[in-house]
Amino acid sequence: MKSLRRNLVRTVLTVLGLVVGIAAFICVVGVGKAGSAKVEHELQKLGDNMVWIEAGSRATNGVRFGTRETKSLTVEDSRAIFAEIPGLKRMSPNVDGRVQVVNGTQNWNTTYRGVAPEYFDIRRWEVQTGTIFTHDDVDRDVPVCLLGQTVVENLFPNEDPVGKSIRVQAMPCRVIGVFQPKGASASGWDQDDFVAMPYTTAMKRIGGTSWLDDIFFSATSRNAIPIATRQAVALLRERHHLHPDEPDDFNIRSPEDVIRLQLQSSQIFTLLLGTIASLALLVGGIGIMNIMLVSVTERTREIGVRLAIGATEADIQFQFLAEAVAISFLGGLLGVVAGVGASSLFQTTLQWDIQLTPQLLISSGLFAAGIGIFFGYYPSRKASQLNPIEALRYE
Amino acid sequence: MVIVNPATTKNADAAGVSTPLVGVHDIRKNYQLGETEVHALRGVSVRIHAGDFVAIMGASGSGKSTFMNILGCLDKPTSGQYLLEGTDVSALTKKELARIRNQKIGFVFQGFNLLGRTTALENTELPMLYSRTHKNDRERRAREALVQVGLGDRADHFPSQLSGGQQQRVAIARALVSQPRMLLADEPTGNLDSRTSVEVMEIFQKLNADGLTIILVTHEPDIAQFAKREIVFRDGQIKRDDVVEVPHVASEVLKTMPTIKD
Repeated sequence: MKSLRRNLVRTVLTVLGLVVGIAAFICVVGVGKAGSAKVEHELQKLGDNMVWIEAGSRATNGVRFGTRETKSLTVEDSRAIFAEIPGLKRMSPNVDGRVQVVNGTQNWNTTYRGVAPEYFDIRRWEVQTGTIFTHDDVDRDVPVCLLGQTVVENLFPNEDPVGKSIRVQAMPCRVIGVFQPKGASASGWDQDDFVAMPYTTAMKRIGGTSWLDDIFFSATSRNAIPIATRQAVALLRERHHLHPDEPDDFNIRSPEDVIRLQLQSSQIFTLLLGTIASLALLVGGIGIMNIMLVSVTERTREIGVRLAIGATEADIQFQFLAEAVAISFLGGLLGVVAGVGASSLFQTTLQWDIQLTPQLLISSGLFAAGIGIFFGYYPSRKASQLNPIEALRYE
Repeated sequence: MVIVNPATTKNADAAGVSTPLVGVHDIRKNYQLGETEVHALRGVSVRIHAGDFVAIMGASGSGKSTFMNILGCLDKPTSGQYLLEGTDVSALTKKELARIRNQKIGFVFQGFNLLGRTTALENTELPMLYSRTHKNDRERRAREALVQVGLGDRADHFPSQLSGGQQQRVAIARALVSQPRMLLADEPTGNLDSRTSVEVMEIFQKLNADGLTIILVTHEPDIAQFAKREIVFRDGQIKRDDVVEVPHVASEVLKTMPTIKD
């Protein structure tokens, strides 16, 4: 241990190599973790194993039809799919469109969404105040609605909307609840800008339509999604009497898969960056090995004396290994400190999102000590295998 | 502190038959040096009893260093037998040899071989580090050993702050501290001026008088005259093995030498 102090400059430089490696590793993994956490949060907000059927074919001769172009998706379809296909636990029809909403002198252009009560579970909407409507409300197309946070802000700047009445287009409608805000979606649109009501109410009193724009499902598990999707496609084609040559008159997707891909790519990116940072660590480790080899050569006579006066091979090996581990553990410790410091600097100056977990810090420190053992082994082994006679004669 | 040589007491118990401390029988040592085979030792037999003070002489290449390395359990003979206190050393493992070097043999080298930037006390403690002696015990014994070589007041000095003679005395203290059966000194006066050399011999004679067995390699005939017995090597064999009729007494010789005032 004393020899480390004796060659202070050399020790400091060696430690520095490792400090940089560990600090870089911590920052990189921290950034990656924050990225993954963000995407995971997105995924969580999106829905509960959601399968989404949208009216309108994706492409016919390159021409895309919008949602409103096909009128073939019906409430009966939604019931049939939910009844016949296993692996689905919740279902909600959906009709939507733009609408003007009015409260006294305040008015706001927003989206209305006619759904079943299950919709709120499928899309993970939490009620902040009030309640959601019931199946009974759906059956009797009762004019009740729930407001998203953006609508609340525009229609009821200073009061609690629950129990109040607003006008949705020409329809008077009682507000029975307000949703927890979700914020902007991954693609940037404001998810809180909508009014929800029973789909029967929306169809009969607002849209005046008999078809659906979408059907939402929750699959029982992630693994159930692909099978359920395939079966739903087959069933819908049969129900819509589509000829095998004809394209689907609907789209079916599971948007969570898209985000999962995003998550995967963010994880791969983290792995890649982590690998590069590990290379810095590797270089630090090689530095330790280099210094230890120099040290063994320099101290050949000392090793000879120690062996002559009764040190065993194990004693010598332990001595040098302990030095290597001390260097690397010190490097690891300072590296963790530097890593935490650097990431908080990045957070404040560059607004980077960095997530540091205790596990990350502890494992980095242990990793550094491991590097010491790994790269210190060969030099210490070499020291212990010296022939004492030759070592004593070494100039 | 008086060193009572445990070997002497033990041998006295052994039914009157005295086992020599060192019993070497027809040892040979061959080296492969490139293409040629070097016969460093060509059949050496010798017995050294506890309490002896042996000077080993010979030109370089005579095999005396090889012989010392074998005696010190740093090397093994190619053939022949080496019994240390009746134990066949060639049958021992490396670890057991390290233990013997630690417990039974004290080494003094020509180049002192102290650890730099480590105090005289810490240097002296070193062998006890490997015998897992308790910290307090280590320091006490190291101080005693330093007093024995006349350096009680220099315990906290670094080697660079000590003269050559003082450094060699620290090395002797280090060799004494584990109370070995014998002291092996390889050209201990080779790097010292004549007065300091005699001072070192004075310490050796005092230690020998207290019962410690000393084996000394030297190429200086003057130095050999301080020993009780003189063995001369030549071409890997013992050429001469004589008792020194009237050994010089170092303390007397010192009186005739001019003191260097500093």
